[in-house]
Amino acid sequence: MNAELLLPLIGIPLVVIGFALRFNPLLVVIVAGLGTGFAVGMDFMSLLETFGEKFLNSRQLTSSLLILPIIGLLEHYGLRERAQQWVASIRSATTGRILMLYFVVREASAAMGLLSLGGQAQTVRPLLSPMAEGAASNLHGDLPPAIRDRIAAHAAACDNVALFFGEDIFIAFGAVLLMTAFLKENGIAGVEPLAIGIWGIPTALCALLIHLFRLSRLDASIAKEIAAWQRSNQANQSSQAKQSDMVVGA
Amino acid sequence: MNSLVNINLVLYLIGIIVMLVAFMSLRDTSNPRRITTALFWFLFGCSFLFGDLMLATLGKPLTYRIVGVSVLLMAALAGANLLGMGKHSDDDRPARLQIAGKLGNRIFIPALTIPIVTVLLTVVVKDFQVGGWFLLDQKNLTLTSLCIACICALGLACLYTRGTPLQAVRESRRLVDAIGWALILPQMLAMLGGVFVAAKTGQSIQDIVKLFINPDSRMTLIIMYCTGMALFTMIMGNAFAAFPVMTAGIALPFLINQHHANPAALVAIGMFSGYCGTLMTPMAANFNIVPAALLELKDKYQVIKVQIPTALQVLACNILLIHFFVFP
Repeated sequence: MNAELLLPLIGIPLVVIGFALRFNPLLVVIVAGLGTGFAVGMDFMSLLETFGEKFLNSRQLTSSLLILPIIGLLEHYGLRERAQQWVASIRSATTGRILMLYFVVREASAAMGLLSLGGQAQTVRPLLSPMAEGAASNLHGDLPPAIRDRIAAHAAACDNVALFFGEDIFIAFGAVLLMTAFLKENGIAGVEPLAIGIWGIPTALCALLIHLFRLSRLDASIAKEIAAWQRSNQANQSSQAKQSDMVVGA
Repeated sequence: MNSLVNINLVLYLIGIIVMLVAFMSLRDTSNPRRITTALFWFLFGCSFLFGDLMLATLGKPLTYRIVGVSVLLMAALAGANLLGMGKHSDDDRPARLQIAGKLGNRIFIPALTIPIVTVLLTVVVKDFQVGGWFLLDQKNLTLTSLCIACICALGLACLYTRGTPLQAVRESRRLVDAIGWALILPQMLAMLGGVFVAAKTGQSIQDIVKLFINPDSRMTLIIMYCTGMALFTMIMGNAFAAFPVMTAGIALPFLINQHHANPAALVAIGMFSGYCGTLMTPMAANFNIVPAALLELKDKYQVIKVQIPTALQVLACNILLIHFFVFP
């Protein structure tokens, strides 16, 4: 192995260490970019040009900014509270069941190409996460912050997993076209997008089963953690009460 | 061919929102770091509002350098912890709860408008034309559809709540403050990906992987292809960047040409192995870090932590699927 082979890789340890030590990710990315560029002998000006060019050309990645004003306004007028109330009116709704239903609908609709039917800013923050949370607090009363965060993280994960493993079945999706084009370029003829889409189905089903199984056990695990939290709370309160008794006694 | 709603319009709209946020941040005396916070959003907004104008008047190299400098500045501001949060007071609570009570479930309509109208536009209206002009930008169909859907939703939201678009932007500042620097992380990572491409990092990885290959052991090759896709995707933050490198390095020469794997099946499952990597990396910021910020989670890596068990199990399934079903 020679240095020429290893130098372009210098950005990788920089990123891993930077993220692991929890430096600000923007700084980590800049340092990794500068480090990689300098290591392969790019000068500062051309590196700066690459930075600017890629930053400008990827502006569409920030499109969630269009959604935030609407969500902000609706949340100001009680969207989240309303979502929680609405869930409370459905007796059979639990956190796990809501997430499972969303998962199945999201994966199936993504497989049919309806990718924009969900999304982190569009549906998870304003609707799914408050509903999943509302179902839990409906059952257990006030939630400790750690549980609230865990439910919200599960809501976000649900959207990602369902989207990723659903979308590749849809034959007009970019990834399928990319794979078809790649095979053709490399001299393997006669592979239709349909074949690639169909071969996506086994993994999509595996992901469906695995994730639904995990979600099906979520309710029990939430109930267990909340019970533990309530016990430790009560223990705290009674020990505090004892202490104040002692103070009075003294 | 031209379109009525094109990507530039969308970028200008985002730029206007960011600039309003910057201006409101500047006037927010409850934020102890209001000037640096405003400067951060101003720099970011400039790339949206003036980026194309600068490209047209100053030319490419100079514009890219100016944007490059402003990117360095933004990273420095965020890195030095100079982004602050305002206190978002809630003084009109009784009045707005009254409005909320009257609205009832109608408050869901504007929220549901965003996904439903986006899907309708991308599926039904996609190649609608008026006098030779497409309604939607054909190269950015989803984005322009999302933009129109958001405008419709904003109209409905204002109608129901009697709010104004300006008030909506004011309310969005609460969310923007909470998300903070994470909002520009996806663009920063796209930038790093660009540097990796320029530095031929992928070629290096491909060469190193080849050093360890034993072409006769089929199972090792399968494991290397799948975990390689996942690991390289974790580095690049994007399975599309990993796919050509790993497939040209392992799948084509060894699994397809030597062991006669079914190409369609192999690449489909290989790409999914990359997606397992996407679920496990902060480099896929749009999916993993921005949502954590958007949901105001204390641990910004919690979405990733929740996804890791599913990702690893699906990865194992992929290896078995290839082993049992892909070879003749």
